[in-house]
Amino acid sequence: MALDEIKIGGLGASRRRVEDNRFIRGKGNYVDDVALPGMLHMEVLRSPMAHARIKSIDTSAAYAIPGVRMVMTGEMMAARNLAWMPTLSYDTQAVLATDKVRFQGQEVAAVIADDPYIARDGVEAIVVEYEPLAPVVNPEQAMSDDAPLIRDDKVGQSDNVVFDWEVGDREATDRAFADADVVSEIDLHYPRSHPSPIEACGSVADYDRATGKLTVYITSQAPHIVRAAVSLVAEIPEHQIRIIAPDLGGGFGNKVPVYPGYVISILASILLEKPVKWIEDKTGNLISTGFGRDIYLKGKMALRKDGKILGVRMDTVSDHGAFFADAQPSKFKIGLMHSAFACYDIPNAYLTNRGVYTTKAPGGVAYRCSFRVTEAMFFQERMVQAAADDLGMDQAEFRRVNFVKDDDFPKRTPFGFLTDSGQYEKCLQLGLDAIDYEGFLKEKEEAKKNGRLLGIGISTMTEPLGAGNSREYDILGIKMFDSAELRVHMTGKAILRTGAKTQGQGHETTWAQIVAHELGIPAEDIIVEEGDTDTAPFGMGTYASRSTPVAGAAVSMVSRKIRAKARKIAAHLLEVSDEDIEWELGRFYVRGAQDRGVTIQECAMAAYSNVPDGMEPGLENNAYYDPPNLTWPFGCYIATVEVDPGTGVWDVLRLVAVDDCGVRINPMIVEGQIMGGLTEAYAMANMQFITFDADGNCVGSNYMDYLLPTAWETPGFELHEVVTPCPHHPIGAKGVGECATVGGPAAFVNAVMDAVKDTGVKNIDMPLLPDRVYEALQTGDDISGAPPVKNL
Amino acid sequence: MFAVQANGHEVTTVEGLAVNQQLHPVQEGFKDEHGLQCGFCTPGMMMSAVALLNENLNPTEDEVRWALAGNLCRCTGYQNIVKAVLWAAAKMRGEADPAAAVAGYAESDDSAAFAEAVVSEASAESAAEESTHEAGEA
Repeated sequence: MALDEIKIGGLGASRRRVEDNRFIRGKGNYVDDVALPGMLHMEVLRSPMAHARIKSIDTSAAYAIPGVRMVMTGEMMAARNLAWMPTLSYDTQAVLATDKVRFQGQEVAAVIADDPYIARDGVEAIVVEYEPLAPVVNPEQAMSDDAPLIRDDKVGQSDNVVFDWEVGDREATDRAFADADVVSEIDLHYPRSHPSPIEACGSVADYDRATGKLTVYITSQAPHIVRAAVSLVAEIPEHQIRIIAPDLGGGFGNKVPVYPGYVISILASILLEKPVKWIEDKTGNLISTGFGRDIYLKGKMALRKDGKILGVRMDTVSDHGAFFADAQPSKFKIGLMHSAFACYDIPNAYLTNRGVYTTKAPGGVAYRCSFRVTEAMFFQERMVQAAADDLGMDQAEFRRVNFVKDDDFPKRTPFGFLTDSGQYEKCLQLGLDAIDYEGFLKEKEEAKKNGRLLGIGISTMTEPLGAGNSREYDILGIKMFDSAELRVHMTGKAILRTGAKTQGQGHETTWAQIVAHELGIPAEDIIVEEGDTDTAPFGMGTYASRSTPVAGAAVSMVSRKIRAKARKIAAHLLEVSDEDIEWELGRFYVRGAQDRGVTIQECAMAAYSNVPDGMEPGLENNAYYDPPNLTWPFGCYIATVEVDPGTGVWDVLRLVAVDDCGVRINPMIVEGQIMGGLTEAYAMANMQFITFDADGNCVGSNYMDYLLPTAWETPGFELHEVVTPCPHHPIGAKGVGECATVGGPAAFVNAVMDAVKDTGVKNIDMPLLPDRVYEALQTGDDISGAPPVKNL
Repeated sequence: MFAVQANGHEVTTVEGLAVNQQLHPVQEGFKDEHGLQCGFCTPGMMMSAVALLNENLNPTEDEVRWALAGNLCRCTGYQNIVKAVLWAAAKMRGEADPAAAVAGYAESDDSAAFAEAVVSEASAESAAEESTHEAGEA
């Protein structure tokens, strides 16, 4: 009898989480829980200036404090060739400033002391003399003729431009615009935002001089990338570096880069021969670590009067801060921004991006962005809304007219992606029915008569998740496959390790479900481990929603390898030939004699006690999976809002989400990911952003200025699902972790813009703060949110 | 609150929730309703929930959201946390199927009135304190 797949925790089971057992007891093991004998504590001194020459650093008062063991400066690191380090984008980044500081919050020195309080006292005792230089807080300033040269450390750098990139067919797109009946335009800024996970970044570096081994506990979503980076920078051989990412209190892309604090703690441990712990505070996290977005769009759409999109042109400028430091596939300087419009049948498109340096923290690729796809899809859906409005066409109808149809797959987009599956119209209709679209439009008109402003906003998108195939995707030349290693013990229990690194997505629960599906071993019999580079097979980590598409596929493939060997063992036990063996969940049986069979557990025992002649004993294997393509989930998000014309405050009435992410391993966990993403979308649309004043001061480096929604503000969400399996993934699954963050913001913004439509205003930059909405209502002008921020 | 304000009080942390290996209903509710992802905010969330349920075993959704507004979460979007707390309340009320109680919960449509009530309660409290203080000075 085949086992009941849901009962054993296979695919589709809303299995309760294994991780929870320790978390609900307060027994998580985060980096700050790590306590090693003799451990010292490190605190970082950060620059108050956005752009300044360092004239002197006086550490004598810090050294005078009892308990201060060392004060690290840029000069000390430079003597060991460690003041600068390579970034994941082929640039260099300062570890500790030497010549000058290039953003407010940049690391200038570090104190290592007996406890964190002494370390903080030590930091406050350091005296730094700065000679201020002009700050640069937006691309316009960066590119102006009299802009200061920010990266004067780089040989051959004569301006503040990082790169220029383009994709698509410029001539064909120009012709499309020449032929257009209507041209729709919209300009906007997607503001700098920050994941701000509840656990900030940190490390415990432990160098053992006796063995020559460096162990680093670290908040990293990609421990193997860290090991590679550390071996490059610290010149310690790779096998003598052990990176352990334990439990992580959220990541969202913030914990992918290699931060200066990690490198300083490693050098400190080597020099002091003691473990050194560095845990940054909230301000350190917000002011210096990997932010997301900060990118400008000039969008144009060429339209035929029946609503067909003839061409799309996107000219964008990205603000990378002082160093080009984030991670994206090396061939795509602006990540996968060119996946914009993938769900629409567009004949011609052209995209340019210029990246610039500014005197702000480095980054840009983070915050559940799928490598800049948050930007792509926000730009897309704001352009689509503007276009439908410019045509006087219904928002839903405009999308229907232009969607890729179900039988058009596989479809090559004008930017070169290959989408392979979807039921876009079905998802849209499900969303429209759920929110009662027609009914709401009537309600909106009625409300207007009473002076109330209601609005409805739609956002639809398909996005590429699962970077990625080796032809096109690499980071620093390392390909983006992923891996799984599975060992089945003699009683049929198992241990699985992968190259991914969960930060709350529930891998310990869901990977076991894939094995249960393939092998019939109950999920509760399978331990899942990730994050220790000494034991985990090599993988590029968890971000950009790549884990189910790539590591999950590897889990499926390694399980199948195991099943193939178990099948031969079964044939041996049942004394028939391989060809006569059939499989049902949990057991092999003889074709034509279903009651003659052996369970997978019996095969496991035989692997240790009774293998056929010539077969190696044991039952374990590994798989490295190079995906043939990305996966393409689809999201339809619809928001209804009411705007108070007297204050500019807007409330969400309802939010309906329809997600098609293919086969769902654990529906409960998928829904949890979607709700988390929708909350981030709401946060960015409503209240949350980092900006800068004219002096380069960071506004948004603490929770007084950087507003996170609490349980009180956050709306409720209504979730729906469609399942269109991925044609190439072994279990038909697609990525989903970031979909709601990618598609969600435009739903809220489009709704508010719909509510204020009669004023003629086309765009209000996120976040749609009350004073911005109020001003738009009063003036009908577009409202820009780009820095420098207006007088506070 | 400041740490010093806890002086002289009994402080319970998450490690004190389970009694003799028996999980507190709030802990069970968080697991059953998927009220956590990375787990980092979870101890604080659960303790705030316990404080609420110790006063009120029949909270509305609004009352739960208000009580938890001082605990930030970046992973869950709060919706399952609210369900977890309502699950625990149902269990603590002795209901046999807390999941059923949660499945049927309806969002309060009276958030504005609830917020007003909280604000007027707070100003009544501070007015009472002021008059006590004045009386004390006299």
